[in-house]
Amino acid sequence: MHHATIKQLAAELAARNFSSVELTRHFLKRISTLNEKYRCFIGHDEASSARSLEQAQAADVKLAAGSGQPLTGIPVAHKDIFCAQGWLTTCGSKMLSNFVAPYDAHVVERFNAAGAVILGKTNMDEFAMGSSCETSWYGAVRNPWDLTTVPGGSSGGSAAAVAARLAPAATGTDTGGSIRQPAAFSGICGLKPTYGIVSRYGMIAFASSLDQGGPMARTAEDVAFLLNVMAGFDPRDSTSLERKREDYTRDLGRPLKGLKVGLPKEFFAAGAGPEVIKAIEAAIAEFKGLGCEPVDVALPNMKLAVPVYYVLAPAEASSNLARYDGVRYGYRAQEYGDLTDMYKKTRGQGFGAEVKRRILVGTYVLSHGYYDAYYIQAQKLRRLIAQDFAAAFGQCDLILGPTSPTTAFKLGAKTHDPVQMYLEDIYTTPANLAGLPGMSIPCGFDPHGLPVGLQIVGNYFAEARMLNAAHQYQQVTDWHMRMPPGIQ
Amino acid sequence: MALTLDDVKRIAQLARIEVDEDEAHAVLAQLTKVFALIEQMQAVDTRGVEPMSHALHFEGEGAGQPLRGDEVTERDQHALFLSIAPQVENDLYLVPKVIE
Repeated sequence: MHHATIKQLAAELAARNFSSVELTRHFLKRISTLNEKYRCFIGHDEASSARSLEQAQAADVKLAAGSGQPLTGIPVAHKDIFCAQGWLTTCGSKMLSNFVAPYDAHVVERFNAAGAVILGKTNMDEFAMGSSCETSWYGAVRNPWDLTTVPGGSSGGSAAAVAARLAPAATGTDTGGSIRQPAAFSGICGLKPTYGIVSRYGMIAFASSLDQGGPMARTAEDVAFLLNVMAGFDPRDSTSLERKREDYTRDLGRPLKGLKVGLPKEFFAAGAGPEVIKAIEAAIAEFKGLGCEPVDVALPNMKLAVPVYYVLAPAEASSNLARYDGVRYGYRAQEYGDLTDMYKKTRGQGFGAEVKRRILVGTYVLSHGYYDAYYIQAQKLRRLIAQDFAAAFGQCDLILGPTSPTTAFKLGAKTHDPVQMYLEDIYTTPANLAGLPGMSIPCGFDPHGLPVGLQIVGNYFAEARMLNAAHQYQQVTDWHMRMPPGIQ
Repeated sequence: MALTLDDVKRIAQLARIEVDEDEAHAVLAQLTKVFALIEQMQAVDTRGVEPMSHALHFEGEGAGQPLRGDEVTERDQHALFLSIAPQVENDLYLVPKVIE
């Protein structure tokens, strides 16, 4: 059962070949057996399993009555950044290690309404700040392709769970690449939608002008099914876009003949490893074979995306994370003096090193005397980066390039130097800054057998077209079907 | 611009994060590297460029941020929310005494 796609599982459930309870039990058993190896899930226990099975029973009733929807009865793992009522929701932090969410995120509400089963909550970099899943208070997630390497981050628990067949699909969030980069490192598909498509309500805030939830699964087709459920207007998020409903599966079968794919020269210059470039060039050749026309485009300000991102995201984070004060929920220091001391000790003990670093950077760039030089300058460069994309999309339909400059690196290889870790985000942050949709799909392996991800960036609201391109590519390649070693 | 140990202590105070002496030194070394990266931004002349604060800048369908009616939409759930607080008394959050 764990090798099937969502599409196949839905057909089996509809045919009553097995029940949602049987399916859910199967995945819960895999998690109980294998989580120690991969560390994908946080808070998996008997009580959480009972909650999952209760939802599965309800799904079986719907399926028996013939009132199932495409995801009814399908177990889905949620990144532990999404609030789910009655579920421990930690965001990978000691600060929220005792936080049982009193309400559902919009995304969780939508999956519940569709009859999907919450399989569990996935491990992640603390408050989604990281590119390796090593900043989690719950310990580092292991990459199923090589347990000595990282799965990418921050949605690394979700990516590794899907890759290790511990979940058929998962949700993630992407502020600077946190869906796409772990998807690439773990050999699965992940899509960050256009900013505003998926509601941020109940999704623990990191950098609000950049954060966007999205689906992670093994095929582009499954990603389209998941996005159909996740996307939609929500009045509780002031940046949620009110648009006509879209069926993201509508273009999957469309031929790619005549599709103009833009190849930004900066994507192939800025320090990408030769093994990555080789796989990307082979993928571009496949797209040519499918009738796509390559077009050279330029994103001249892309080289500044990382410095711009590491001003804006920490600035927004320093404001968003001010709410963790030990007063209303979450961790509070055991011993303290006055109120200020309580805040300082609570935050000093509750946050990990990377989160503190970003809050301090953000506080600094927003402080008097530095605001114009850093924060406003970064916002101006953000516009130049968005304008580069606008010019590029005047010449092409989609942009192709690497998701990450490297394949999965060794655990601990970059933890000593935050800047080395930040530079991992060179190809992913530009889409967040511009608010554009981006996805990553598997397109090959390096000589060590680690997956390479192809990034597809589209214009605003071009998700259906991106999924179309990805799906057509997956009809003529089998990278997305490959399995990590040791999985039965 | 060179960041100093005093800068680190000052911003830690502003951010209400306790940082001991050893940690402050480690943070200074790391933030110095981060700011060296950030300094690259100064190489670009951005005179006349409008700052971009969010990505909802496109026009057409769905553009802009919606306004909702000024109506009560939240129901009272204070008991639920207080139930997850570290310390409460008489339906109030408890903190150390602020006014003597």
